[in-house]
Amino acid sequence: MSRSTRGIVSYGAHIPRLRISRAAIAEAHAWALPGLKGQAKGERALCSWDEDAITLAVAAARDAVRDNGRAAPAALTLASTTAPFADLQNAVIVASALNLSTSTQCSDLAGSTRAGLSALAQALESGAEGDALVVAADRRSAKPGSSQEMQFGAGAAAIQVGEDASLAKYLGRESVSHLFVDHFRATGEKHDYYWEERWIRDEGVAKVIPAAVKRLLAKTGRAATDVKWFGLAGAPSGSDKLVAKTLGIAPEQIIPDLASNVGDCGTAHAPLQLIHALENAKPGDLIIVAAFGQGCEVLAFEMGEGTHRPATGLAKSIAVRIPETSYLKMASFEGEIDLEWGMRAETDVKAALTQHYRSADQINAFVGGRCKVCNTVQFPRLPNCVSCAAPDSQAPFNFADELGQVATFSADWLQFYLAPPLYVGLVQFDVGSRLLMEIVEVGSAGIDVGTRLSMQFRIKARDRKRHYSRYFWKAVPVR
Amino acid sequence: MATGIKDKVAILGMGCSRFGERWDVGSEQLINEAFTEALADTGIERSQIGAAWFGSALDSVNVGNSAIPLTTALRLQGIPVTRVENMCATGTEALRGATYAVASGAVDIALAVGVEKLKDTGYGGLPVPGKGTLNDLWMPYCSAPAGFAQLAAGYRARYGIDRELLKRALATVSWKSHQNGVKSPKAHLRKAVTMETILNAPMIAEPLGVFDCCGVSDGAAVAIVTTPEIARALGKKDLVTIKALQLASSSGRESGMTEWDGARVPNTRMAAAAAYKEAGIRDPRKELSQIEVHDCFSITELVTMEDLGLSEDGHAVQDVLDGVYNADGKIPCQIDGGLKCFGHPIGATGLRMVYEHYLQLLGRAGERQLKNPTLGLSHNLGGVPYNGVAAISIVGLM
Repeated sequence: MSRSTRGIVSYGAHIPRLRISRAAIAEAHAWALPGLKGQAKGERALCSWDEDAITLAVAAARDAVRDNGRAAPAALTLASTTAPFADLQNAVIVASALNLSTSTQCSDLAGSTRAGLSALAQALESGAEGDALVVAADRRSAKPGSSQEMQFGAGAAAIQVGEDASLAKYLGRESVSHLFVDHFRATGEKHDYYWEERWIRDEGVAKVIPAAVKRLLAKTGRAATDVKWFGLAGAPSGSDKLVAKTLGIAPEQIIPDLASNVGDCGTAHAPLQLIHALENAKPGDLIIVAAFGQGCEVLAFEMGEGTHRPATGLAKSIAVRIPETSYLKMASFEGEIDLEWGMRAETDVKAALTQHYRSADQINAFVGGRCKVCNTVQFPRLPNCVSCAAPDSQAPFNFADELGQVATFSADWLQFYLAPPLYVGLVQFDVGSRLLMEIVEVGSAGIDVGTRLSMQFRIKARDRKRHYSRYFWKAVPVR
Repeated sequence: MATGIKDKVAILGMGCSRFGERWDVGSEQLINEAFTEALADTGIERSQIGAAWFGSALDSVNVGNSAIPLTTALRLQGIPVTRVENMCATGTEALRGATYAVASGAVDIALAVGVEKLKDTGYGGLPVPGKGTLNDLWMPYCSAPAGFAQLAAGYRARYGIDRELLKRALATVSWKSHQNGVKSPKAHLRKAVTMETILNAPMIAEPLGVFDCCGVSDGAAVAIVTTPEIARALGKKDLVTIKALQLASSSGRESGMTEWDGARVPNTRMAAAAAYKEAGIRDPRKELSQIEVHDCFSITELVTMEDLGLSEDGHAVQDVLDGVYNADGKIPCQIDGGLKCFGHPIGATGLRMVYEHYLQLLGRAGERQLKNPTLGLSHNLGGVPYNGVAAISIVGLM
């Protein structure tokens, strides 16, 4: 098969629904840092306590792979600088949630916010058989009162690449490795340390990016005026316009920087900008996306005729939002303040890793059972059928993509829960099954019996003694 | 062919500790307090007890595992003692074990003890116990009120009842029990509470406010049982006998399948049907003199009125508002104040309920004595409405 058709076959995106108003952040700091008001425009994506790079990645990846008409990816790379585990492959957790085969080649890529595009380039240039799924996800943390706290966001982009790619053809890549330390975060540290933006923009971005883009255009035989979509991530605000001007790319070809409504998503940012282009480009359009960071990564694509689009994608993921104005809630979710949650919070949530391994498909991939005798679907998958009690009767049945509705519920203010109240209730799946679940992202719209629900992979419990997050599925109102 | 337990076993004596925040005593003293009263009531010697069943649900805040905490507390040397735990049905389970032992002829006299010391947790409400290594991986950790509050959502949806009306009926359930609790010297909460206070209380688990939840208390209760023949031989004239002891446990259908309407507790219905049959009760509305039901939360009591067949389905709200279950109503419910006023030291509750029937049936209930009661029903509901254990015991005059 010719390498020339390798490119993008599908994509998916996920932006957490919570959006904190930047005015609320600035207002909270106004007593000490009145200058932050200057940045208090729009809103940024905010993760709840139970979202992290892995859960964001799973949501975007599911969006990308669902009904995309391709065989399951043979490889999965997770790019993130905020993945929860330093030694436990984060990509494998994502793959397990997607119920991918254990023969899937999984790897983590980190070290720089450009890693999203680096991972994508590596997958596109890999000679390996089969499709590769590249997921970039970050839940970015910033020091309270910093500019980054205003600018950072959270989100994930998933891009499946392979041969016979009809969505977008890969044209090439320009990679620059250059030790320009605009910011850093030492291993184990929580926050980034940034140098002055003006220096980063003028001495770093303005010198590195245009040159790299020019080389890539030359390699691919295109001119700057051919560029229909140009995105730049990892650079100070306004850098994209500056670079476009230098290159002679018209301002209207610049892909939105997502600053006003999402914030900087780290490794996911450039891939998300690429997705914006994929959602809006016409066949034949030239797309260039660049990520700045110790040099840069620049990738070029030509939009194809492919028509597959994900169920959610970027625009819809941005549109479905729950406005938030409590800075203290944000500070708590970010772990910047530790509220007194009372003695109920002392309950040990240590997981039995042996049990977790035995029931890995149930817990990670939400695979319950379907009775081979009476056909009843059920969760958990136990030896005897819940309906007919037939022994050893359960064939695997995956609940992850099933829809349901609220059968019963309550909002629990007593139970220790980091985002009170805890909404809990019986979810009635359309396939004819029920399960007691956490219901998250209720928002001011509330829920009642009959509210439609879909499933999301989230943090089930954070073992604060052993620093181990474990995951399960929660129900989210369909909005 | 099973013939059931009716009238095969008599209550020789009962005892109940004062319930409440018993900062002054531990489980051992609570057990001793109830046991001393019960033993004095029987007129027998401790050495005549042939076997014991010990109910205690939460070992994390209690006396520890096994029979040993009971045998040590009461210095019961060498007799068979079994610890039982079945969530909120634990106390009733202790009674069941002792009753069956006597009925089988294995022993002449058996002891049932239930205790819980909840106020050693350091906080209000019940601790959240582990649910098993597999369930812990997926099951939401929710509080007990949030488990039961779901009945309210289900009930509203099933019968099209608006939130305010249901909330008022729930408040009435609690209001009635607080009225009754005033006359219970051993109750934890002995103050009447206004409807307004109940309706405006802080939310615990929607729609349940603080006053929709039972108290959290320490307490112990004890029954000593024997055969009617031995009881008579020991000089007892008015005999209170066990008429029925039934238990129904969920297999996961309600929470795993779609047939449950969320507005009833099928286990209670199954246990009640079996208990009525065992006791020979055809019309519980006419035959039951009084009931003690598991009012862990107001919604539980309301739904239980239908599950026991005392209110028509969908009519409990109106019956509650009409005062059917008040002290002066057709079927007094929680005449001693119920879990609402006694609190719910889990291991003790089932036995505490039977203790109230025992006092009423023997005319010993003081200020709250009902007129000529003949039959009392107790009901416990452990776990959650959609996955739990329902226990029914019926006692009456022989």
